Amino acid sequence: MAALDQTQVKEGVDQETVDAVREVGTYKYGWETDIEMEYAPKGVNPDIVRLISGKNDEPEWMTEWRLAAFERWTKMEEPKWAMVSYPEIDFQDQYYYARPKSMEEKPKSLDEVDPKLLATYEKLGIPLKEQMILAGVEGAEDTPAEGRKVAVDAVFDSVSVGTTFQEELKKAGVIFCSISEAIREHPELVKKYLGTVVPASDNFYATLNSAVFSDGSFVYVPPGVRCPMELSTYFRINAENTGQFERTLIIADKGSYVSYLEGCTAPQRDTAQLHAAVVEIIIEEDAEVKYSTVQNWFPGDENGKGGIYNFVTKRADCRGDRSKVMWTQVETGSAVTWKYPSCILRGDDSQGEFYSIAIANNYQQADTGTKMVHLGKNTKSRIVSKGISAGKAQNTYRGLVSMHPKAKESRNYTQCDSLLIGDKCGAHTVPYIEVRNNSSRVEHEATTSKVDDDQLFYCRQRGMDEEEAVALVVNGFCKDVLQALPMEFAMEAQQLVAISLEGSVG
Amino acid sequence: MALPQAKQTVTEERLASLTMPDAGCTRKAREAALERLRQMGLPSRRDEYWKYTRPDTLVSPDAPPAALFVTDEPTMFHEFDRLKVVFVDGVFSPEESDELSLEGVTIDRLEDICCKDIHWAKELYGVLEANGQSPVQHPLAALNTAFASDGVAIHVTGKPSKPISLIYRHASETSDAILHHVVRVESGAEVTILENGPAASRFNKCMEIDIADGGTLHHVRAQGRDHQRRAATHMFTRMGQESVYKSFTLTVNGVLTRNEQVVELTGDDAVAHVAGACVGDGEFHHDDTVFVTHDAVNCESRQVFKKVLRNGATGVFQGKILVKEGAQKTDGYQISQSLLLDDDSQFLAKPELEIYADDVACSHGSTSGAIDETALFYLRSRGVPTREATDMLTLAFLAEAVEEIEDEALAEVIVSRLQDWLARRR
Repeated sequence: MAALDQTQVKEGVDQETVDAVREVGTYKYGWETDIEMEYAPKGVNPDIVRLISGKNDEPEWMTEWRLAAFERWTKMEEPKWAMVSYPEIDFQDQYYYARPKSMEEKPKSLDEVDPKLLATYEKLGIPLKEQMILAGVEGAEDTPAEGRKVAVDAVFDSVSVGTTFQEELKKAGVIFCSISEAIREHPELVKKYLGTVVPASDNFYATLNSAVFSDGSFVYVPPGVRCPMELSTYFRINAENTGQFERTLIIADKGSYVSYLEGCTAPQRDTAQLHAAVVEIIIEEDAEVKYSTVQNWFPGDENGKGGIYNFVTKRADCRGDRSKVMWTQVETGSAVTWKYPSCILRGDDSQGEFYSIAIANNYQQADTGTKMVHLGKNTKSRIVSKGISAGKAQNTYRGLVSMHPKAKESRNYTQCDSLLIGDKCGAHTVPYIEVRNNSSRVEHEATTSKVDDDQLFYCRQRGMDEEEAVALVVNGFCKDVLQALPMEFAMEAQQLVAISLEGSVG
Repeated sequence: MALPQAKQTVTEERLASLTMPDAGCTRKAREAALERLRQMGLPSRRDEYWKYTRPDTLVSPDAPPAALFVTDEPTMFHEFDRLKVVFVDGVFSPEESDELSLEGVTIDRLEDICCKDIHWAKELYGVLEANGQSPVQHPLAALNTAFASDGVAIHVTGKPSKPISLIYRHASETSDAILHHVVRVESGAEVTILENGPAASRFNKCMEIDIADGGTLHHVRAQGRDHQRRAATHMFTRMGQESVYKSFTLTVNGVLTRNEQVVELTGDDAVAHVAGACVGDGEFHHDDTVFVTHDAVNCESRQVFKKVLRNGATGVFQGKILVKEGAQKTDGYQISQSLLLDDDSQFLAKPELEIYADDVACSHGSTSGAIDETALFYLRSRGVPTREATDMLTLAFLAEAVEEIEDEALAEVIVSRLQDWLARRR
């Protein structure tokens, strides 16, 4: 990228984009932390399930719940309907539990956490210090500090390393901790809500997750509370041959509000690794949850070797009237993505929104989309999906919009656009639309095109090289979604868009 | 992979009720089709492309009985000068048909070519159907190829002076007809094929169409007034360079209709338009399943499907534009819309795009909703009574599909049928 540094950038070109393009390298987070790990034996069976449950000091009912899920999982078949292909996964040939040795004794505060782990997150740009802002966010210094606090729960392989700002959140009544802690400290809440949105029997990967999930985040926002800061979980896979199975449970009680961010990375390896997470969100009357993801798992190298298999079940249940959920995702990583963050609009006047950018380059395959299930009256949903394929990648939007007979006067608008860069990649759209009453309106629109030659020409004419120009056009293509992201993520996402497409032109 | 037991049972039970006609030159194709069918099995509700339509009554050993619709109204297309080819309950009727001779076209009965060893149709019979089985299977079409008892082979070499009109009469309440037609339009030739009538209590029809470079085929069909009939139709079309295919289907009745179209654009600069209008009332299930594959450069395809539904009627649309690697400069368009006149009706759609080439412009849209209140108010404020205003807006909604018919006189006939339907439903 040396040539870029000498490029004279002409007036009118968005400086941020140019910087983003300049900064690109290969996968930035491909390094590995050298740390002593403790593994459960390879494979999955009832003993492993009990062992994981034991490691987390779980009560009996939780262990039983896991075992029941495992029992069910053994009778299920791996889903094959997605437009992705990958070698058969040997579920017995990997570790289901790995934690740093130093985490054996649970650190009481962040000061006691292994410095190596802290350094890891520091390097990832997620320092586990209770500082005002996330490092690496330019321009954020000018924002009033009060408004820009972010509490972080850091998950390293199978365990949560630490959660920041817990005290301050407690003052507001918000519970933000690892799910293992929540099972011990707040069993009544977990018991009441766990598995009510994504039942243990939901699908192959969700059931596997129910049996072996090792950690994840738990959020409870009490009635009428506006969470004083953004909450964030950072997932890092470090150990080799280890699957990460995290479980996130977010409960927004009546009239509350919370914004939640999720980020993920993994080291660069030749062998593929499995990641099967479940996220459940419960939204009561008048509450609102914003859930943003920047998924940047290792995507495999340019020959399609290695990478993460990302099989995720995410679902939000808008139980109360006038509740609202907003999913925003930027999917740039993973060798294979299988992910459909969904909204069940049960309460009257509830709203669901889904904004997605999915970028697939080299041999990446992404099959992602959403489900909007309208059950309540006057419910509204909006889907904006932008898929970008480059290299030899396949990118599929798969979505469902369902209007039930009782969901009178409901409204859906779906827009999914695909952009193709290069003639060896594919872009696909598979929407399902089911309308069962006539007072609802459903609109679906999709387009597929390539980067417009005129736009490229215009940028080149102004002195940008081709890659820079493509990044600029692509950023423009994604603008609708990027705008929906919280600021911290919007910047990272914009850079990722450029990085992910590196080498795809020419 | 072995078939699930339930599927195998259904398939074998259905096969037991059928006998393969003694088939001369089509024998090989029929046997291959039977083999294909045994491998895929007949459709079940669990199949991806049958999730919105119950195939039970289409695959049962015996056809469910269907009452005849008797009327003294003139039949469809009666006002046109045409070459009539009539089938009664799926059997060719020489008495009711015109003499099968017309300049620029030769028409043979399938039964006749079955006795010959050499015939052009031999190269086509079952071939396009077999090609069309991937990536999505059409088991009922394979069943058709194997067991079709009648049909015609239409060879178009020039520009015949009048349309060829295939008329399907329904005479027995328990008839179960399987018809298979093959059509070849030679280079530079042009023809219009009309189809109308309910055909039988249960009707399985397959039409294989091969359009050579520069050939043109217009196809307009109306699927009859018999309400209790069930139909599964398949059209497999292969298109050469600069060829044109325009197809329109009108469906106003029928408890169950499944229309499958498989169009493959294999020559550069070909143009395919597939359209359909359906209006359904009460116990009415209509399913359009359309696959358009672009396998050549600079082709254009359009799919326009409109459904008006009321009283618990169900409309299904499944459509796919597949652009293969190298099919650059493709222009693909697909629209599926439904107008739900009351709260009991439903519209289920799966419009798909699958694209492996980058220099393309493909788009699809799908909408569903009720009559636009503002438009209705506007018309009423101009003194148009509610019912008429509703009809007017309904016709306007269907217009985009009807406009796909190039021949204005034919389009007018279709519009008047739609008006009749609306008038009857007032």
